Amino acid sequence: MTQGFDVESSSEIPNLFVSRRSRIFVGRRGVVASVVSTLLIVGLIVSVVFVAPGGATFRSVFFDPHEMWVAWAGDPNKGILAIKDGLLTNIWMFLVSELLVLFFGLALAWTRMSNSPVLLPFRILATAYTDIFRGIPLILVMLIVGFGLPALEFGFLSTQSPAIYGVIALTLTYSAYVAEVIRAGILSVPNGQLLAARSLGLTHASTMRRVTLPQAIRTVIPPLLNDFISLQKDTAIVSVLGAVEATRAAQIAVSVDFNESGLTVAAIFFLVLTIPMTRFTDHLLDKDRVRRLVSSR
Amino acid sequence: MSDVVLELNSVVKRFGDHEVLSGVSLQLHRHEVVCLIGASGSGKSTLLRCANMLETVDGGSVSLFGQSLMDPRIDPDLVRRHIGMVFQSFNLFPHLSVLDNVLLGPVRALKRKKNDVRDEALALLDRIGLKERAEDFPDHLSGGQQQRVAIVRSLAMRPSLLLLDEVTSALDPTLVGEVLDLLSDLAHQGTTMLIATHEMNFARDVAHQIAYLDQGVLVEMGTPDQIFNAAQHASTRNFLERVR
Repeated sequence: MTQGFDVESSSEIPNLFVSRRSRIFVGRRGVVASVVSTLLIVGLIVSVVFVAPGGATFRSVFFDPHEMWVAWAGDPNKGILAIKDGLLTNIWMFLVSELLVLFFGLALAWTRMSNSPVLLPFRILATAYTDIFRGIPLILVMLIVGFGLPALEFGFLSTQSPAIYGVIALTLTYSAYVAEVIRAGILSVPNGQLLAARSLGLTHASTMRRVTLPQAIRTVIPPLLNDFISLQKDTAIVSVLGAVEATRAAQIAVSVDFNESGLTVAAIFFLVLTIPMTRFTDHLLDKDRVRRLVSSR
Repeated sequence: MSDVVLELNSVVKRFGDHEVLSGVSLQLHRHEVVCLIGASGSGKSTLLRCANMLETVDGGSVSLFGQSLMDPRIDPDLVRRHIGMVFQSFNLFPHLSVLDNVLLGPVRALKRKKNDVRDEALALLDRIGLKERAEDFPDHLSGGQQQRVAIVRSLAMRPSLLLLDEVTSALDPTLVGEVLDLLSDLAHQGTTMLIATHEMNFARDVAHQIAYLDQGVLVEMGTPDQIFNAAQHASTRNFLERVR
């Protein structure tokens, strides 16, 4: 006989109500509690700017409304270039880069996952490529491309604008990241799906196109958008090549007026660009979580 | 001789050091149903996969319609178009509707016109009582319904041979019947099938031949009567005793 399991159950009726002390967190009071705590925390953080010994200087240097406006709209008399024009450069750079990254990322992932013996050298090259470009800091790739290609004096390759070199550098680096994201998505498709498709006599390529990729895309979109958000911000790094995008325009305003408010403006507008994308990505992730819960019921 | 569909000759298959099939020989004739029985891990699934080239063979030979699959000029995709395979876990494509699951093979592998195949596919779905669910996605169907769709999906390829890998093992006991009924119908219509199964009553009713596999060895093969009532080998009798 087993021993040591003769636990006696209590005959007392247990009390199931929340304790008096934590009652302020229950029900409608909970909403009040969360609003109060939010205001308190935000207030605390903001008050640092007012309480700190250098607070007044900080506010006038980073948040001067007039300087912010000048940096945003530009002032040709003083040679200040408008952040709003620079921002357009950021926008076209990330739009073009994202398209290119999607294309090259997919091509790289496809190459790394191919099984044809003829493609072996390409497979090795693709693997080396992702290793190299995930390992070198973007700013270095930017400098090498931006100053290296012109130095080659190699026809049209060497005569492009800094923004174009920026797009090339962004594409080189981000293709490596995105290729890995896509590859992980492809590997996440259950093996049974491939077996079923191949058993129907579908070729490797058709299986990829009709069965694997459509399922992988669902898994891949949230991390892919994450990389794109990151890419949107990193268009700022093109400023090291002298391309006049938002960050560069802000830096010019700073150096002319000795006031940093332009940087704040640039930061705000990067947020305006990325936050919708961030929210959308989170929304997709939530939707995906719900879908998984439903399908595993 | 000419009606031999599939022939395995001393097939050996290893995974690393582990020998999963140790010289299995077997013939399957047109309109014949052969059931593979044996414990889990006895090599039933591997044998099926060697038949449609999902696995390569390490020794012996496999031939389909008298053509050796060992020949390097054989195109595996062509071979698989003539052999239907149904899996334990259904493996329906979750991103495609029931109808599109059935259409994928004929349209993308056989390059037939979608409009030509659609009526055939709907007729097949009608036969299993799921025509009304054609536009639904697989995860809205019960396990039994999904497995019947999976069977229809391979039938839409008009295969010469159907391989079934423990197709009822992942199902609720209440859903097993509907799938076995469909297989019985197919057997009566003369579909050539190689079936790995744990359903002994089904095997006894439907199979022309039963093959007992034990640790990669085909111990014995015979009619249901021979196997269930007069097994020659002690290990066969032992196995049947345990599953009864």
